[in-house]
Amino acid sequence: MDSLTDPETATSLADARRGFRGVIAAVREEASPVGGLAGAELERRLLEMGFVEGARVEILHEGFIGADPICVRLDDMRVALRRRDARGVLVRPDGGE
Amino acid sequence: MSPLDLAPADLVRPARSVLSAPIRVALVGNPNSGKTAMFNALTGSRQKVANYAGVTVERKEGELTAPDGRRIRVLDLPGTYSLRARSPDEVVTRDAVLGRLAGETPPDVVVCVADATNLRLVLRLALELKAVGRPAVLALNMIDIAQRQGIEIDTERLSAELAMPVVGTVATRRRGIEDLVAQIEATAAHIAKAGADVWREPSAAEIRDLHREAQRILKLAVLPPKRPDTWTGRLDDVLLHPVAGILILLGVLFLMFQAVFTGAQPIMDMITQAFGVLSAAVGHALPNGILKSLLCDGIIAGVGSVLVFLPQIMILFLFIILLEDVGYMARAAFLLDKIMGGAGLHGRAFIPLLSSFACAIPGIMATRVIDNKRDRLTTILVAPLMTCSARIPVYTLIISAFIPARRLWGFVSLQGLVFFGLYATGLVSALAVAWVVRKIFWRGGAEPFLMELPAYKAPDPLNVARSVLQRGQIFLQRAGTIILSMMILIWFLSTWPGKPAGAAGSAIDYSFAGIIGHAIQPILAPVGFSWQMSVALIPGMAAREVAVGALGTVYAVSGGEGAVGVLGASLAHQWSLASALAFLAWYVFAPQCASTLGVVKRETNSWRWPIIMFVYMTALAYAAAFIVYQSALALGGG
Repeated sequence: MDSLTDPETATSLADARRGFRGVIAAVREEASPVGGLAGAELERRLLEMGFVEGARVEILHEGFIGADPICVRLDDMRVALRRRDARGVLVRPDGGE
Repeated sequence: MSPLDLAPADLVRPARSVLSAPIRVALVGNPNSGKTAMFNALTGSRQKVANYAGVTVERKEGELTAPDGRRIRVLDLPGTYSLRARSPDEVVTRDAVLGRLAGETPPDVVVCVADATNLRLVLRLALELKAVGRPAVLALNMIDIAQRQGIEIDTERLSAELAMPVVGTVATRRRGIEDLVAQIEATAAHIAKAGADVWREPSAAEIRDLHREAQRILKLAVLPPKRPDTWTGRLDDVLLHPVAGILILLGVLFLMFQAVFTGAQPIMDMITQAFGVLSAAVGHALPNGILKSLLCDGIIAGVGSVLVFLPQIMILFLFIILLEDVGYMARAAFLLDKIMGGAGLHGRAFIPLLSSFACAIPGIMATRVIDNKRDRLTTILVAPLMTCSARIPVYTLIISAFIPARRLWGFVSLQGLVFFGLYATGLVSALAVAWVVRKIFWRGGAEPFLMELPAYKAPDPLNVARSVLQRGQIFLQRAGTIILSMMILIWFLSTWPGKPAGAAGSAIDYSFAGIIGHAIQPILAPVGFSWQMSVALIPGMAAREVAVGALGTVYAVSGGEGAVGVLGASLAHQWSLASALAFLAWYVFAPQCASTLGVVKRETNSWRWPIIMFVYMTALAYAAAFIVYQSALALGGG
């Protein structure tokens, strides 16, 4: 579990493609993208929606323009979000179950 | 078990008040947890919809009587994931739970409604409720679906861990409701004192801790599904598909638009005719005079103009509520988020905007599907720019009178092209205004698009019917009264004072509308409006299509709808092409609809937004008409 949640080698959910499966390594306060919410507020909203360390994620669908927004399976729920709001969610792919 | 069986020492409250005062219950839960179905199951038809003081959030309260005769008053609070409120609706939920809401008695018991198939997030909410010390009951709703999926829930363990009673329910079939009511009564009887308001905004670390705790309880008390729902995934593969999903969405929207636009028409015609007959009958029975005019042209016509919106509103909300209940609304928002987001609008704004092509009144009411206040206000502000069906008679009149029925390049009708151009101008300017509002007035802090996509469910016909009827009732009670009073005001302005005996010209010249029209004509001269056109704008405030009749009145062309051709010929004779084009440009933008302003007042609960709407739309209309008129003059269209 420790190696899975180590943020050092994780990548952002915002850059993952459709079909990606993995585990959330960290949720970070991300510097506010242009026009977005302040990082701390966004972090809390992501946490409240269930984007927490250790949660399993899989990208199920992508929007048809610019592959944005994305629809992810988050443990046993489905959540839609824009890629720019997913920047602070760091994920690590799992071995490909 | 009567509350009197309890040892009196346990009760800080006097027993008297326990017996007489109703128990106050608040329903709290995540969105899509079946909270509204639960509210309906508990209270049946004994419901009242109003607004919370000072905010536009809807307040739904109902009452029931427990088997032992005890009254229970239930408040249905807006869905939320956390007490840390993110929208005006969620602020109401938080403040109501904490007893901070002005004018509201704090609830004795909070019922936390949970989707039994999706407990993770609601457990955290239940822990938040526990932390603030409000007595709570957890209702595991849709427990039948959970059982079908083979989810095993140890309710005793769950109850022990959360320190609150846990009841399994199926709200749509009224299963478990008696049990829930009994638990509410038992919980209310044990209250020593209402919890003190100890809540404060949790930090990110505290949210993580609560999640961990919820996760721990989930592991202890709930076994994951043996037969998980695979339908939602399979449907999403099609419905969220980049090509198939978009085509299906367009199909659904087309169907909805058709139903609102043409499906409502026969009923609307019937209403119009019925009121015409009624007005004629009353007019026949009364002597000519101001009373007859008030009754026929003021009140009866006014009530008719309110009722005529009802078919469109009910049909539109039937679609909206079905799409919401099935779980498709969130998918549609997902598919359209990128397109709408480009103009600074929320993905859900497409329903109100599309409906506004039929009529802005149901469209503006439909903005309720947008949670965020700013996104909702932006959508409300631009909705009337979409070309509504009431503009069609005006466009038809002017186009057929002034635009030659020629074909361009052999196959494009010039009249059709102008018509299309007017529609496109409305659409493009709506998106442009939305973009400007977002960039200039509400910079920064754009809401994230972060939305749960609920599992697909079959809608419950009874709940759908109840919600649709409720929408109709709300429209009549709240918007209807404002629209009716505006209609009567417009009637008054257009008929009073009357024409002096033996005077020349039409009666409207001598009325307040005539006086106002003459007074504003110098302002409207630069956009090419004659005083007759200016006068027609005043009664034209009743509804856009009324402008046709008003022009008929001003130019003293009698004969009702059959005379449109005559009126067109008369206009073609009296107006310059430049004036006619300017009049069209005016009608693309101008807020020539008192009902729209009335419904905006209702939906935003303040005169501020209708005034802003009136000012910006009039300014746009003036600018557009000015540019069109002056350019047309310069090109020789005078």
